[in-house]
Amino acid sequence: MAIIERPTEIPDTANRGVRPAPKASTNYGYLRRPVETTGWRSWAFTVDHKKIGIMYGAVAMFFFILGGLEAALIRLQLAGPDGTILSADKYNQMFTMHATTMVFLFVMPMAAAFANYFIPLQIGARDVAFPRLNALSLWVFVFGGVFLNTSWFLGGGADGGWFMYAPNSSVPFSPTNGVDFWGLGLQITGIASLVGAINLIVTVLNMRAPGMSMMKMPIFTWMAFVVQMLLLFAIPVITVALFLLMFQRSFGAQFFSVEAGADPLLWQHLFWIFGHPEVYILVLPSFGIISEVLPVFSKKPLFGYPFVVFSGAAIGFVGWGVWAHHMFASGLGPVSVAVFSVATMAIAVPTGVKIINWTLTLWGGKLTFTTAMLFAVGLIVQFTIGGLSGVTHAVAPSDTQQTDTYYIVAHFHYVIFGGAVLGLFSGFYYWWPKVFGKLLSESLGKWNFWLMIAGMNLTFGPMHIIGLQGQPRRMYRWTEFRAGEGFFNLGFWNLVATIGTFVLGVGILLFLVNIWITHRPNSKTPPAPADPWDARSLEWITSSPPKEYNFARTPQVSQLDEFFHRKYEDVGEGDKHEYVQKMTGEEVIQFEEDNADPNIHLPAPSYWPMVLAFALPVMAYGVIYNTLLIVAGAAIATMAMFGWALEPADAEASDFDPPVEGDEMSKELANV
Amino acid sequence: MSESLISDTVKDAVEIVKDHHHDVHDHDVHGGDDHSGDHGGHHTSLGLSNTKLAMWLFLGSECLLFGGLISTYMLYRNRHSENLGPDQLWDIPFTSATSFVLLTSSLTMVLAVSAAKRKDLRNTKIYLGVTALLGGLFLAGQIYEFTVFYREGLGFTTSLFSSSFFTLTGFHGVHVSIGIIMLVAMIGMLSKEKVSGDEAEAVEMVGLYWHFVDIVWIIIFTLVYLIPA
Amino acid sequence: MTDTLETPSSQDEHAADEHHGPSDKQFVTIFLILAAITAVEVAVTYIDIGPLFLPVLLGLMVVKFFTVVLYFMHIKFDNNVFGRLFYIGLGLAVFVYAAALSTFQFFAG
Repeated sequence: MAIIERPTEIPDTANRGVRPAPKASTNYGYLRRPVETTGWRSWAFTVDHKKIGIMYGAVAMFFFILGGLEAALIRLQLAGPDGTILSADKYNQMFTMHATTMVFLFVMPMAAAFANYFIPLQIGARDVAFPRLNALSLWVFVFGGVFLNTSWFLGGGADGGWFMYAPNSSVPFSPTNGVDFWGLGLQITGIASLVGAINLIVTVLNMRAPGMSMMKMPIFTWMAFVVQMLLLFAIPVITVALFLLMFQRSFGAQFFSVEAGADPLLWQHLFWIFGHPEVYILVLPSFGIISEVLPVFSKKPLFGYPFVVFSGAAIGFVGWGVWAHHMFASGLGPVSVAVFSVATMAIAVPTGVKIINWTLTLWGGKLTFTTAMLFAVGLIVQFTIGGLSGVTHAVAPSDTQQTDTYYIVAHFHYVIFGGAVLGLFSGFYYWWPKVFGKLLSESLGKWNFWLMIAGMNLTFGPMHIIGLQGQPRRMYRWTEFRAGEGFFNLGFWNLVATIGTFVLGVGILLFLVNIWITHRPNSKTPPAPADPWDARSLEWITSSPPKEYNFARTPQVSQLDEFFHRKYEDVGEGDKHEYVQKMTGEEVIQFEEDNADPNIHLPAPSYWPMVLAFALPVMAYGVIYNTLLIVAGAAIATMAMFGWALEPADAEASDFDPPVEGDEMSKELANV
Repeated sequence: MSESLISDTVKDAVEIVKDHHHDVHDHDVHGGDDHSGDHGGHHTSLGLSNTKLAMWLFLGSECLLFGGLISTYMLYRNRHSENLGPDQLWDIPFTSATSFVLLTSSLTMVLAVSAAKRKDLRNTKIYLGVTALLGGLFLAGQIYEFTVFYREGLGFTTSLFSSSFFTLTGFHGVHVSIGIIMLVAMIGMLSKEKVSGDEAEAVEMVGLYWHFVDIVWIIIFTLVYLIPA
Repeated sequence: MTDTLETPSSQDEHAADEHHGPSDKQFVTIFLILAAITAVEVAVTYIDIGPLFLPVLLGLMVVKFFTVVLYFMHIKFDNNVFGRLFYIGLGLAVFVYAAALSTFQFFAG
């Protein structure tokens, strides 16, 4: 990584990939920059947005599996009457941690993985605006996630449900440390999101390649940008709520104690002011992904790009005015309920606009049903089902009937699994060759897709029925006695849902198998072509996987779908467009490489993001167990911040090989 | 956990204030190789500074943080026992004085920024020092005020009013403290010439943060202190 | 390389906003106005002005707030982007928290 400081030897394009690696420094003085290009250090201390993106993805995938296992235990418990797999207490912990893990430790960081990896590539930048802050976000997230899950070994996980309603979250009702771990863990991952949001917003606003106006940005970047804006403003709200909760639980304040005259609705408001934008934080990245995938496999531009952009932004804004629809059953009063009901119906409009745009993108296109495309189309279908059941919640009287039943569980799983997760999988298959240089198996991918679709519908479809039949969510067992008769028998549909979970699980397992088959040591999978999908956007105008400096030269952008327009020429007349290929993707990339920038300057790796991130869980343990740990954590943080501020901008000249003397390039380097 | 917020904020602050040479360097990821001029590396799409954008985004985000704390206080301000409410406790002349001190510190801050833009290093440091001093005076006033309230029986957990009051003003106080640390660090960096980037901009960043802390107090002073009177 | 192709006006803008801000004297004047407003605010709490009390105090608060933001924080003279980013946050904060408090019937009395 430290080669970053070295200017690349341009004219010698043939040897571009074999620059001499810098000598790893053996002297880790207090203020040196790490220089390793191989081994774990090259990952742990990296500030390269691509490596950070990959690590985000890997850790999020781990938590996805963990959250999936928790879900499997929940469904096993409910498969038959009088389930005995989990105790009531363990069951409470299981669904709370399942939801928390999936929302905060899988979907959000996985979206962050895509955003981190692809925003700089899609806007033609060499890295994000603040590379070290980017590394900080990653490690804060990782340590926060681990911290949250250590609660399993320290008295049990949180048990209040993912929205942790007060006063149920107070010490008398939840005496273990689970809720403390939950609150502090989310506080920590919140910092990761906030830092990441600031970083990526600045990146999008300020680091675009020449010619790339906002309205020429690839659509994924746009959606990810809206998400970062939502995070920027939503995170501080939950931060307030979590602080109040911490003061309540650890320092004796009574913000949510009814007996002290408090209003528990305060928690609900703060949580959902954050929580509803959070829903869009979860799905908008996937909307962005499929808005990239659909045009590529339809061989048509995205229908109504400005509408997709503005509906995305509109969702972002209106999303702030609908939070109280989560609280219709809490006695808000008729006026509030009416207002929020109308606002909620209004937000269906921009969402509908998107679905129309996607459909019209497909309309008349030359469709290729690759796995990525299947997942994208799957998202449209499944998310629409979730959206429609969502509209039934907007109607307050109907919502009152459905509140806290499995119908709600069905709804949000269609939205989050059908919307967010399918989109992420679409992204995996679409961008895998870009990130790892190899195509995942399409045939296995199709099995993966169909099993996941069948599994999710078997799992979440019946929940509509059992919900409307009155099975409450979060009930740890049901009895045969009250299960009902015939078609609406709860037992039958619960069993179907459980079977569905395992079908879903096998589908996801196939994805992991697919990765293994593609990348195992003696894999026969050939390297992917540079432009396997005939793609349209900027991230493909470079090798796969991209070099650490991303682009051989900073691309000049003149159009939306820049890559497409470099490959194809419009020979149509007037309004009629007819495109003929003038160059292959490989030729476009080769052309860029032949005209590479002479000097490329990249940021050096750093120890300090990881050290600073490590201080946070130390302080968090301190809040729970011992004030001295808070002091220790604060000391580590202070040290890290001084290190951060005072470390040199570059690795030392002696870290470069060949050494400074007599090397023109290196001399220039030493002056940097 | 307030530590995590503190460290977060400090980290942002330190990044922004002290780290200018890295920042210039970070700009460079665009591929600039011109390090000779003052503007080396500042090639951005908007022609604006990354750090300044980040600072304003951070302040926009902080609005939601303080908004939540102020709302909590507004909701709970009447929920206290009969003789330990705002009407009995507030000492308006005293708080007016400390508010005035904080307001004055905003003036000295802005003069520091102005001096920094003129490259008048000596006055920059003097004004920064005065700002830090006034900030310290404000903080001392707040601590004194808290002590008085505590002696009169208003602890953190006494009532919903007291919890939300101490939480709100405490958060503000922590922000002031971080600001003072940034000011002092800034003076040190300027003296030792550790700010290798645009010094004026570094000072301006501290200024933005400091003024934000001031405008939050403008709101707190009116909503919390003056209105219940 | 890329220099020539990117916003050529960026340096001009930088230079521009250094010269368009208020002078030190003007800063002192602005500060005196702010101090005067604060004095009025405090005075208002001691003299009875009836139903005008709340609107006057809130109005003065807003005036002070924006005076600092526009002049001391340079928003009036800086690129619009900075102001917009900040005002989005500010506007959202005012909107969501006012709405939340209103559902508590907070403003009814």
